[in-house]
Amino acid sequence: MFIVRRLLALVGVLIASSFLVFAAMYAAPGSPENFLVQGRTVSPDVLAAIRQQYSLDDPFLVRYWNWLVNVLQGNFGLSLTNRQDVGELLANRLPTTFMLVAMAAILIVIFGIGLGVIAGLRDGVVDKVIILTSNLGFAIPTFFAALILMSIFSVSLGWFPVFGSGEGFLDRVWHLTLPAVALSLPSAAVVARITRTSIREERGSEHSVMAVARGVRNALVVRRHVIRNSMLPVTTIVGVHIAGLIAGSFVVEYAFTLDGIGTLLVNAVQRKDFAVVQAIAIILVAAFGVMNLLVDLLYAAIDPRVRGVRA
Amino acid sequence: MMARIFDRMGVLGCIAIGFIGIVLLAALFAPWIAPFDPTVGSVTQRYLGSSAVHLLGTDQAGRDIFSRLLWGARSSLTGPIIVVVVTAIFGTGIALIAVWWGGLVDAGLSRVLDLLFAFPNLLLAMLAIAVFGPSLTTAALALAIAYIPYTARVIRSQAMRERNLPYIRSPQLQGISGTVITMRHLMPNIAPLIITGATINFGFAMIELAALSFLGLGVQPPEADWGLMISNGQQSLLNGYPAESILAGLCIVITVASLGYVGERLGGRAAAGRKA
Repeated sequence: MFIVRRLLALVGVLIASSFLVFAAMYAAPGSPENFLVQGRTVSPDVLAAIRQQYSLDDPFLVRYWNWLVNVLQGNFGLSLTNRQDVGELLANRLPTTFMLVAMAAILIVIFGIGLGVIAGLRDGVVDKVIILTSNLGFAIPTFFAALILMSIFSVSLGWFPVFGSGEGFLDRVWHLTLPAVALSLPSAAVVARITRTSIREERGSEHSVMAVARGVRNALVVRRHVIRNSMLPVTTIVGVHIAGLIAGSFVVEYAFTLDGIGTLLVNAVQRKDFAVVQAIAIILVAAFGVMNLLVDLLYAAIDPRVRGVRA
Repeated sequence: MMARIFDRMGVLGCIAIGFIGIVLLAALFAPWIAPFDPTVGSVTQRYLGSSAVHLLGTDQAGRDIFSRLLWGARSSLTGPIIVVVVTAIFGTGIALIAVWWGGLVDAGLSRVLDLLFAFPNLLLAMLAIAVFGPSLTTAALALAIAYIPYTARVIRSQAMRERNLPYIRSPQLQGISGTVITMRHLMPNIAPLIITGATINFGFAMIELAALSFLGLGVQPPEADWGLMISNGQQSLLNGYPAESILAGLCIVITVASLGYVGERLGGRAAAGRKA
């Protein structure tokens, strides 16, 4: 029941946000046909033909309905700037963005949780260094990290390519390593800090202390009681941050001039190519919603108490 | 007073407050301190190193980097200030209205906030920029709208708890109007939460606005702005003149880290309604 309700809510939000996005573009100052002729003087007949071709004379709700039906069929229309099929443009660029986000997500899980667990279990210097790094890491803008990484590892050392996203799987991984590191940095920092706090709390909890007092081996206590329980809050944070990567990736893609969705969106916004902006906005809102839904479901799956309360 | 601040903030906190103070002073007095015009350069003065004339050298257009950093503090602070103030006013307002009226009003406002939650912050800002054209004001207002649901959620749950306490209920029984009770009694009790939330949001806003400027969608050249300076300096950095990008980047990192630390000391990230 919980899943069905959440799915319905997601569908509702998607319909409402698609309407919002479409209405915003519709209300934008400047008329689309003037944009299409790009300042050239054209006869009223040509203008009328253009209006006809893009169905600009239909009432607002009719246009929204037609657009929505087309989008649901996977037809996103034509780009206003180069008249390419938007769906095709997106399909070509999705793999780069998807892979960047996936790699960054893996880095967040490994380094965020890993360092957090180490800092939580060790006292003294190790703990202090990790806390300090995570405090700073959070304050570093991803695009700044991107530039620094690029200048050190690509330009000075020549270990990684400066721009582009590569061909084939391994080449792609190699091209996307630095962008993924830059993208994951602030999130990994936050995850590390929250993991640390969570581990410390669990270590002080009664059942862990009791387990130690009963003479259970420390390694076993840490594995069975401390880490397992402390992962509950951490899962949510990791999920929220991975969902957040979807928007964060724009900036990193742009910094490394990767041919992903983000760069496409930035260029489309700069050129006011509304067809592309609308399509990307809808897809990103959907992806963001699905990610957040998955996080909640995962949380309910690992913590039976949540299911009990909500059902 | 000083001793109280020290007790609350600790050594690092005081250093952080010091940094924030310096940045504020730089922003306020930039026109008087800055030795050069931040937007005018000279072709013969490109890529100069640090000297008595140009304290931090010059950029690829021959502009004085120190002056640009000082002026950059202005736009880099005004943007987040707009975001934080608008977010605090509307976030708190929506939360208090929802709590006071409850029922249908509360449910309706919650749906609107849910809709806003569906958009990643940067995406919402970029949509607004696509519609209204790139500028700092557009970017800041759009980000503020994106932040409102987070603030509203936290204030709402806090205000909801206070709502049923005797100090709110009894004046209500006496027939004192909701507005008066809210302003006189409820506000002072949720004010600390609003301030802490604003401190945390300030850091988020600074990074996201800098990112928008970096993408060419926020502050427009030739104006000085830290985010814009990082992107202007990108080519120079790759060609071996790192000063502009690195210094502007450090300004952002230090300011955000300081704000984050102070916010953490004040009450933590939870006050901004962020899960993280």
